Amino acid sequence: MKIKLRDIAHGRSGDKGDAANIGIIAYDDNGYAIIEKHLTAEKVKKHFEGICHGKVERFDLPNIRALNFLLHNTLGGGGTVSLKHDAQGKTLAAALLRLELDV
Amino acid sequence: MKNKIRIASGQGFWGDLVDAPYHQVTKGDIDYLVMDYLAEVTMSIMQKQKNRNPNLGYALDLVDLMKKILPITKKKEIKVITNGGGVNPVACADAILEAAMDLDIGKLDVAVVLGDNILDCLDDIIAKGCSLKNMETQEPITKVKDKLLSANVYFGAMPIVEALKRGADIVITGRTTDTGLTLAPMIYEFGWENTNYDLMAAGTVAGHILECGAQSTGGNFLGDWESIENFTEIGFPIAEAYPNGEVVITKHEKTGGKVSFDTIAEQLVYEIGDPKEYITPDCVADFTSVKLEDLGKDRVKVYNVKGKPETKFYKVSCSYHNGYSATGTLTYSWPQALTKAKKADRILRKRLQNLGLQFDEIRSEFIGYNATHENLAPELDEDKINEIVLRFSVRAKDRKIVNRFGQEIAPLILTGPPSVTGFASGRPKPKDVIAYWPALIRKDKVEPKVKILELK
Repeated sequence: MKIKLRDIAHGRSGDKGDAANIGIIAYDDNGYAIIEKHLTAEKVKKHFEGICHGKVERFDLPNIRALNFLLHNTLGGGGTVSLKHDAQGKTLAAALLRLELDV
Repeated sequence: MKNKIRIASGQGFWGDLVDAPYHQVTKGDIDYLVMDYLAEVTMSIMQKQKNRNPNLGYALDLVDLMKKILPITKKKEIKVITNGGGVNPVACADAILEAAMDLDIGKLDVAVVLGDNILDCLDDIIAKGCSLKNMETQEPITKVKDKLLSANVYFGAMPIVEALKRGADIVITGRTTDTGLTLAPMIYEFGWENTNYDLMAAGTVAGHILECGAQSTGGNFLGDWESIENFTEIGFPIAEAYPNGEVVITKHEKTGGKVSFDTIAEQLVYEIGDPKEYITPDCVADFTSVKLEDLGKDRVKVYNVKGKPETKFYKVSCSYHNGYSATGTLTYSWPQALTKAKKADRILRKRLQNLGLQFDEIRSEFIGYNATHENLAPELDEDKINEIVLRFSVRAKDRKIVNRFGQEIAPLILTGPPSVTGFASGRPKPKDVIAYWPALIRKDKVEPKVKILELK
């Protein structure tokens, strides 16, 4: 079965130097069980192929049903150097919500 | 000792809603107003202003704001804490005291926190054996020393606590952590030991929730954002803190926005790295310990926060000049808007190449199609695209090369694909590129100083 990430979770993204952080929060415990199992760092890395040029780290916050992803080498040199329209990665959480999970 | 205090956030960044602090001090009861004005880029802008005029280099908006709210904060005994002093907290405090003289508000003590600005004593610090290595590349700071624009240590809550103990009505700091602004009044009012790391972490987490203003009360909320009512009069967050470290995040009644589990959770994950290691000068907070309980009616309890001892280092944020950039845009209309914009992009790239200009980077984006989600944007039926903005940017070390690029945008209107407009603001001008140099410094190498300036 395919599940759209946007149907089970929301999130917020921002910059940490040249890395972007994307926090994804499940709307409920079932949703968290799904993202905890299926939303791996590898899947996120593959989703952002051509955008994220470094490694992807995942950190779990089960206390708030959230996963935090750190996407290294992603923002074109970071906030003030980057030529990107979205130099701070503000829209990358929405970009990750495009993902569909096979569960 | 008070059994609770209410700390209100008035600004999420320099340029946030101008009247938000006024609403925070008038629409309900609060004990403290905290305002974060400093992003990394802000320090270099302020340093430039100070170089031109030694009386500048702080958040100028703060003076007009204080003129407006001082009669209210004095009457209601609300203390104000802000890092809007930038690279010149003393000039900022002087300007506020001067403005206060006309207000007939009686005695006013303004504290300044100094010592964070180490630009002028860098040689000394380097000579003492601090190499201020770049945390990301491990290179020593000597590599960019000649191009440095600013260098500031991030202090934590303790200098502000000292200022409050010495009776300050207003505390103006330079580079202080955003979280320290909120933690400090809790330490002061509740007499917390700064070695009680769970309490330090509790105040730090509250500070993280407050530091981006309305981003915790429904602003920029990616959940059910359409359920957020009255964005127009959105209420900024208030941390209702208790001596045991529990905090309730709320906002004034009859304001817009929303405080819920979901809005607070989104802010908790904003711009964090390893959630178990949220490092500040005051403690290392563990965000995976935080419990949220939605109490309803725009109240969320934040509790059970765990912390560990602080590290031996302060973070130092330096900025340096690293070349020039410029961005130009052109708007193409239906029909074939995207095809036309892509063609214009290819023409422009070829012209720049023929001119022999060497750029460090050239980037083109098509706003309306892929400027935010890049290659994740699905193909569009071109007949349904009304218009596309070509956004074209370059970066180079040499200002002349970037300036020459600026002359190549407008000609495309008469020498490229048709139905193009949107070139009203003239040639794109080269802008300074400011790069960052994050480093660490041992805490014993710098010392925060608190000074009280009085209006009698």
